[in-house]
Order: sequence, then structure tokens, then C-alpha cells
Amino acid sequence: MSRALFGSAVALVAAAVALSPATVMAQTVKIGVINSYSGFVAQAADEMQKGMDLYVKEHEKDLPAGVKLDLIKRDDTSKPDVGKRLAQELIARDHVNLLAGVILSPVAAAVAPLTAEGRVPFVITNAAGVAIPRLSPYVVRVSFTLWQEGYPIGKWAAQQGWKTAYTSVTDFIAGHDAEAAFTKGFTDGGGKIIGADRFPPANPDFTPFIQRVKDAKPDVAFLWVPAQEQAVAIMKAVKDLGLREAGINITSTQDLLPDEQLPIIGDAAIGLVTSGNYSVDAKRPANTAFLAAWKRAYGDKAIADFFSVDGWDGMAMIFDLIKATKGDFTTDQAMAFFKTWKGPNSPRGPIAIDPATRDIVQNIYIRKVEKIDGKLADVEIQTIPMVKDPWKELNPAK
Amino acid sequence: MAAPRSVRARVAGIAAAPDSGAAAVEAFARRHRFRPYEALPWLAALAAYFLFPGYLPLASQILATILFALSADLVLGYAGIVTLGQAAFFGAGAYTAGLLAAHGWGEPITGLLAAAVTAAAIGFLSGLVILRSTGLSLLMQTLVVAAMLGEAANKASAITGGDDGLQGMQVWPLFGHFEFGLYGRTAFFYCFAVLFLCWLAVRRIVHSGFGRSLTGIRENVGRMHAIGAPVMRRRLVAYTISAALAGISGALVAQTTGFVGLDSLGLERSGTVLIMLIIGGVGRLYGAFIGVPLYMVAQDRFSSIEPVYWYFWIGLLMVLLVTFARGGVLGLVDRLRIWGGKRR
Amino acid sequence: MAFSAGLSVVFHGVAFAMVLYLISVGLSVTMGMMGFVNLAHGVFAMAGGYVMTSLMNRYGVPLPLALGAAAAAVALASLPIERLLYRWLYGGDELDQVLLTMGLVFMSGATAQYLCGALQQPLRLPPGLNGGLHLGFGEVPAYDALLIASGAALVTVLWLGIERSRFGAKIRAAVDNLRMAQSVGIDTSRLFGLTFALGSGLAALGGGLGASLITITPGYALDNLVYFLIVVAIGGLGNIRGPFLAALLVGVADSTCKYLVPQFGAFLIYAMTMAILLWRPRGLFGRA
Repeated sequence: MSRALFGSAVALVAAAVALSPATVMAQTVKIGVINSYSGFVAQAADEMQKGMDLYVKEHEKDLPAGVKLDLIKRDDTSKPDVGKRLAQELIARDHVNLLAGVILSPVAAAVAPLTAEGRVPFVITNAAGVAIPRLSPYVVRVSFTLWQEGYPIGKWAAQQGWKTAYTSVTDFIAGHDAEAAFTKGFTDGGGKIIGADRFPPANPDFTPFIQRVKDAKPDVAFLWVPAQEQAVAIMKAVKDLGLREAGINITSTQDLLPDEQLPIIGDAAIGLVTSGNYSVDAKRPANTAFLAAWKRAYGDKAIADFFSVDGWDGMAMIFDLIKATKGDFTTDQAMAFFKTWKGPNSPRGPIAIDPATRDIVQNIYIRKVEKIDGKLADVEIQTIPMVKDPWKELNPAK
Repeated sequence: MAAPRSVRARVAGIAAAPDSGAAAVEAFARRHRFRPYEALPWLAALAAYFLFPGYLPLASQILATILFALSADLVLGYAGIVTLGQAAFFGAGAYTAGLLAAHGWGEPITGLLAAAVTAAAIGFLSGLVILRSTGLSLLMQTLVVAAMLGEAANKASAITGGDDGLQGMQVWPLFGHFEFGLYGRTAFFYCFAVLFLCWLAVRRIVHSGFGRSLTGIRENVGRMHAIGAPVMRRRLVAYTISAALAGISGALVAQTTGFVGLDSLGLERSGTVLIMLIIGGVGRLYGAFIGVPLYMVAQDRFSSIEPVYWYFWIGLLMVLLVTFARGGVLGLVDRLRIWGGKRR
Repeated sequence: MAFSAGLSVVFHGVAFAMVLYLISVGLSVTMGMMGFVNLAHGVFAMAGGYVMTSLMNRYGVPLPLALGAAAAAVALASLPIERLLYRWLYGGDELDQVLLTMGLVFMSGATAQYLCGALQQPLRLPPGLNGGLHLGFGEVPAYDALLIASGAALVTVLWLGIERSRFGAKIRAAVDNLRMAQSVGIDTSRLFGLTFALGSGLAALGGGLGASLITITPGYALDNLVYFLIVVAIGGLGNIRGPFLAALLVGVADSTCKYLVPQFGAFLIYAMTMAILLWRPRGLFGRA
């Protein structure tokens, strides 16, 4: 749907350029967007795409004269080998100037080495695997890592005076990252982990796992699932088994209570504290403007969440590059620009890229779920400014 | 009962007593009954190389998947073992080749052989356990074997890379000279050659006495038992060979993409190869050559036009094929030929 | 304390078993009767879930009514599908059946995503059904209790129906020996259609009731296919008691294994399936 929109917008720009007296040579910037339109992360992919498309729609008038944008979208069907082949085709056949997108860390990990061989910059707008930017000197990430979010909430939990914690996470790499980050944060803050469970990824029903947590009676439970329908399922188990009524506090990263799932999770979430890089409720002007634009484009059919904002910011960074270079840049110029990029007007707050790691540096917010005007919202109660990825600090590149 | 055609051809070939090179070739061709149309897939592949140079990565994957479908055809179309677990062997081969390449031994051809041996071993061991069953029970057991391997691979994520996939594969240049590069030329010819050799082998098996007995087992097991054919042993051999071939195709994919993920062992992979084979036509040897490119090219084209809903169109294509073209594309070709023959 | 935890886990497993049974019983009967490998059976459960949640969320229809309407709608809709698509493939090559039903699975998943988005369908339960229920000796999730109660009621009706009614007798006859059934004058073609509709309606019920246990997403039919097939394979084809026992086994084993050894999850279910199939290849209640 939005391809037709670009098509006509681009045509208009091209026509205007052709008719204007000072005609400039048309410069096309080709961006290959690899997203998981089908497969088990389709919903997250949809959110991310909406964010990217919205930015393009709102800001294509800001493009320099004579510059056209060509977004080539490809579906990796949530499979890394497909994603890798698509990247190969985009680089070798379509000659894209940039690669962007990717939800899943395995896909990003498969694509990254190709960018080194093909010398194409790769802007990651979601995949959170900590080590991915190290796989190629042409990778830059604008989204987040689970250590960035997990470590601060671990520390915060210890600061609440909670002495014991039980972690229960999905058994795959992202879950392991979350678990390791929280554990380090909590133990650094003086707490003790009394149990660590990992449950299978394709799991619709969490009652038995929550029962284990309840049996262990920790002060706090760190429950982590990939942000989507599993969040609702695990919260239902929490509600059904009365975990909170039994005196166990619950915390996690934003993946447990993503904004678009909050209405479904319902009142069971009130009072829960999580860490994250974005919540819809944030009151800063950039977010208000973003949400207004979102509402204009998508109405009530979709709720914005961190996937959307990460996609939006990715396009913002790319647009800044295009504006600075008038659409004409080499790979090294692009990487030099990205490494020092700052985004003060992101809906998330101020963000920047760390030149040493090419990873995102951003505020991490501790948020609490509250009911405001009858609607649930993640309210930011504490800000930890400009957090770099802790894992990379603890594990310097050799 | 007349002697099987292969025996007659062999006798005829010997009786012809070739006395020159050309006659020897002719005798060879007659003995193995190469038909002219059998050159078509190979010519088409070479044509694709020249006509679609930007699509070589896709073409390589198609060639490797054809081999995978061939392995499924051997076990499904010829031995009559309905399996939803072929990916177990594909994945086993892929991880074998992948782990070798990630831990310092990136030589492609030995990697292929190692993959074949590993997959064959798994096929043999699992076949010993499950091949006594039939029908839904057997289907479920093949599924369960693949599922358990998948769980094991996820558990051993320290070795396999788990959900992120196997990292750090370094595949050495083929014959020490031809690098596997971004443009996929080496990969294409590598897959082409391996597929060709395996196809020759499968063709030989299928047209041999062993192959005929497999058809017998598929059609009428009771009869085969009655004439004293070692049914279990034959099925086991077929299953093991098929596993080896599937393992080779897994290794091909791993080496040419430089990546192995958990989905190589997944149900979707087993199911998809089955679908591609059925579309082409099962038990015809060439069903794989038709069904796989058809499905994979349609998937590639559909998903670039409509990234989100292309599953709908593929599903519709499948429903239409079953409703109007039973027996897959080759079945359709057969019917057209008969119809054409009747008209004459 | 441990007892209460154990009770909760087993209770939950039985509730899950009810859902699995309702969905899979139709598959067992149609596979046994028509010999049709219907990999698309999960689509009817999914459709039931979607219709029910849409009625509840968009039109505020109360749960029991929405559930009944969903089951009826899906059962009715399955009749033309059976007549127009499935009928041609009865007694035919299983692989054709696989192709057809997989095609339907793909199409239905894409349609669901198109109509309702990729997000899973929310299930807003009435307040009384959230949280725990005190049962004298322990506390169990309230919705689980509802599932078990309604599941038990439906199962009783179903069993009585199959054992006592004429329709049930016809089904049993057709499963036992199709040709004989035809030669005593049973209109098997109509019977197939009605049985198919009954199985699909039950699946829709299971999908709707179980929407909080097995979430309603576009990928539902494919993601959960293995569990449905396991229940049918272990239970045996063409009968209604086998899948019940199988569902209980799978449900309780699943819940208990996840509680005792969370890492191993599905692995133990697979091993159990393998063991049972090797011991009883036709399933626990399958006919020789």
C-alpha cells in the first residue's frame, strides 16, 4: 500500500525536478529493506515497517533536490538463509547503496559478513544480538541490545531492597542475553539469584513455569519472552496463579509489556516495572509529534511501539546521511557519517551512535505501568542517560 | 514373468558386441536408456547461468533443493515411505559440514562426504527403529525423529549456535582455486556438478533390480514378503541412501550460504520439500526437477511483489494444482500426451 | 504446598487436554472414516477462535453465545469445503490430500493475517473467569476449571451421541467397514459431509474455548499441527475414546514435564510419542 504512496510521491518529486529551471542530475538512493513479513515475527516486522514508512512519508519533502529514494522490500520469511540470499541479491544484483531493517538476530548475523565482502553499509533497526556489529565493519545499529536494558533493571531491582531473584526466560540467544544481563546487574547490586529456568521458544502455555517461580518464593521474578503474543500468555499465567498476590514482584525488559500488548494484558500489569528504550506514554515533544503523525497515517488500526520507533530512527539516520551528502556517498563516507551520528529529536529522547562499537547509545527508562484516564500506560519513572552497551564494555573486542 | 527390462537391455547390449567407440557409446546409452529429454534440465540450468547472471545465488539454492527433493522422491515415490522428517538428514548434513568449516576444516568436498556419512548413519539408526511401522504411525515417527534432533540442536546451542545459527564458517576455495564469492558463480557450478553426479546415482538405483523391488514393496508388500524379498532390509537401504543424499544437499546449502540455522531441521523444511515434490510429480524421478524450481521461483517472485501475503497465492496454486492437475505437473504432461495420442 | 502446586499443574494439564481433545477428535474420526489426511484440520479450530473473539471484541457478544455461534458458523462453512474440494480426493493418493490441505493451510493463514492482522486475538474473559478458584484443598485457575467442566460435558454428550444415536451408529458402521455400510443402504456421501461438519464444529469449539491456552494467530493451523497429529496418532484413528486418553496423556505429560524439567519441554513429549507408537503402532485404541 505504501509502495504506491512512495511511487506517486517520488513521481511528483521527479516531475517537479524535471520542470524546475535549475534541473539537477537525478540521484537515486537504493535501500534494500530486509524484513520478516511472514513467519512468527510478522507482527513485529509490521510495526517496524510502519515506523520506517511513516518517516519516509513525513520527511521525503526534506530530501535534497534531485534525490530519489528507492526502497526495495524483501521478505526473509523469518529464516536466516533466505535473508542471506536476499542480501546477496540486493548487493550483487540490485546494487543497493544501503541495507536496512532485520528483526531477527540470526538473520542479521547471517547478513553481516556479506556486507563486509560487498562493502555495503547495513543499518540494523531491530536485531538485538550483542555481538552483531562486530561481525562486519559496515554494520551500525540504531535499536538496542538486551544488555542495555537488562543490566539496568537488574541493578534497579537490587536497589529496591529485593534480595533474591528467580529468572525465567525463553531458551534462545535473546533470552540468554536477557538472563545474563539481569543476573549481572542484580548480583552487582548485591542480590542473589536463587533459580534460573529456560523454557522452549515455541510455547503457548506458561502455567507450569510460573508455578515453579511461585514455589521458589523469590523477592522478585525476572520473566522474559520475546515481545509479542507470548507476553500476553505469560502474564495470564501470572494472573491465574496469583504470583503477585503471593508477594512476588515481577520485572523485565520492555519485551514483557510492549505497548501494543498492554491493552490485552489488562489490569494484571498495573504497577509492574520494566526497563525499555521507548514507551508510548512519554511526554517529550518529539514523541507527541511522532504519535500525531502515526495517528494520521494509521488511525487506530495500530499502536506504535519500540519496533516502530527504532524503524523511524533508522530512516532518520539514513535521511540525515542523504541530506548531508546530497544522495551521493561512498560506503566509507556513509560509515564515517553514521559513526558520529546523533539523533536529538528521536521520539525516544536523545540517541547517538558510539563510534567505537557502531552500536546505539540511548537513554534507558525505568517505566511503571499505571492506569491513566482508563488506559494503561508505561510511565517513565526514572531515566538512565546515554547508556552504552554493557556487554561490549565487559567484553572488549580483541 | 518376462525378464525385467534392464536385464533385457543388458543382454541386448552384450549381444550387440560393439567394435568401435561410437557403438560402445550407443550400447552404453541403450543400456542406461538415456532419453534425449533427460538432457533438458541440465541445458536449462546452463541457460539460466547465462540468461540470469544476477540470480545465481537463487539458482544454486534451487539446484541444492532439487537434490533434497530427489532424496525425498527416492524414499517416498519409490520406497513408498511417507516421511515428514526428511529435514532431519538435511540438517544433520548441514551441521556436519558447517561445524567442520567453522572449526578449521573448510575443504568443501570432504565436508560433503562427512555430511553424507553422518546423515546416512542417522538414517540407518532411526530406520532400524521406525521402519517396521507403516502409515500414520510411521509418518509421526519420522516427524518425531526430526523434532527431537531439532530440540537437541537448540539445547546444544553452545556448539550449534542455536537460534542465532552457526557462526564463523570459513569454506575453502573449491579445488584450492575457485573461491565462493558474492556473485555465486563457484557455488552454482559446485551445486550443478554435485547434483548431476547424485542424479546419475539415483537414476542407476531406480532403474536397477533393487529399484524395481522397491516399487514392488511400495505397491504390494504382502506379495513381496510372499516371494521372499527382504522387505525390511530393502526399505532400510533405501532410507539410508536417501538420508545420505539429503545430507549432501544440506551440506551444499551450508557451504554455499556459509550459514546453518535451526530451521534446517524444522518441520517446515520437511513439509516444503514434500510439497515441491508433489507439485512436480512423485515417483517420476523428474518431479523434483520441475516442482522445486516452480515453487522456489514462484515464492521468490510472489514475495517480492507482495511481501506479506504471498502464502495465499502459493496456497491457491497448490489447491488448483490438486483440483485440476492431479499427479503434479508430470501427471499433467502424461495426460496431455495421452490426450494428444488419442486425437491422432 | 507441594501438593497444591502439583494439583495446579495437573489440573492445568487436564484443561489443556480437554482443548486438545475437542480439536483432535474430529480429525481422528474423519481420518478413520474417509481415510483422508486432513492437515488443515487446525484451520477449523483457528477459524472458531477468530469468529468467537471477533464476536466478543467487536460486538460485545457474551462468551457462551459467541462460542456457540462460532462452532455453528464453522461447521456450516466446512460443508461446502468438503463437498467442493475434499470429496474428489477420498480414497485417492495421500500425497494429493497433503497438497490440498497444506494449500488450504497457507491460504487460511494469509487470509487471517489480512483480515485480523498478525497480532494474536485478545481474549477478554468476564471478570469471574480470571484469577484463581478455591477448591477446598487448593487453588486452581478459574478458567481451567471452566474448561474442564465444559469439556467433560461436551465429551459426555459426544459419547452418548455416538453410542446411542442412529447417526452415531452410522458413523461407527462407516468407520468399521465402509463398503458394508454402503451396501446396507447408508448414504455414506451424506454421512461424510455431516461427520466432517461435526468434527469441524468441535474443532471450532476447542479453538474458541482454548484461545487462552493456544493463542489465536494466523500461524495457528501450522504451529499446532504436530500436537493434533500426536494426539490422533497415539489415540488411534476412527474412534472417540482413543484421542481422549491420548489428549489426557499429552496434556498432563506436557504440563508436568514443563514443571519438573522446563528445559526439556517438548523433547519428552516426542520421546513419549515415539515409545507409544513403537509399542502400539495403531495407537492405543486403534483397530488392528
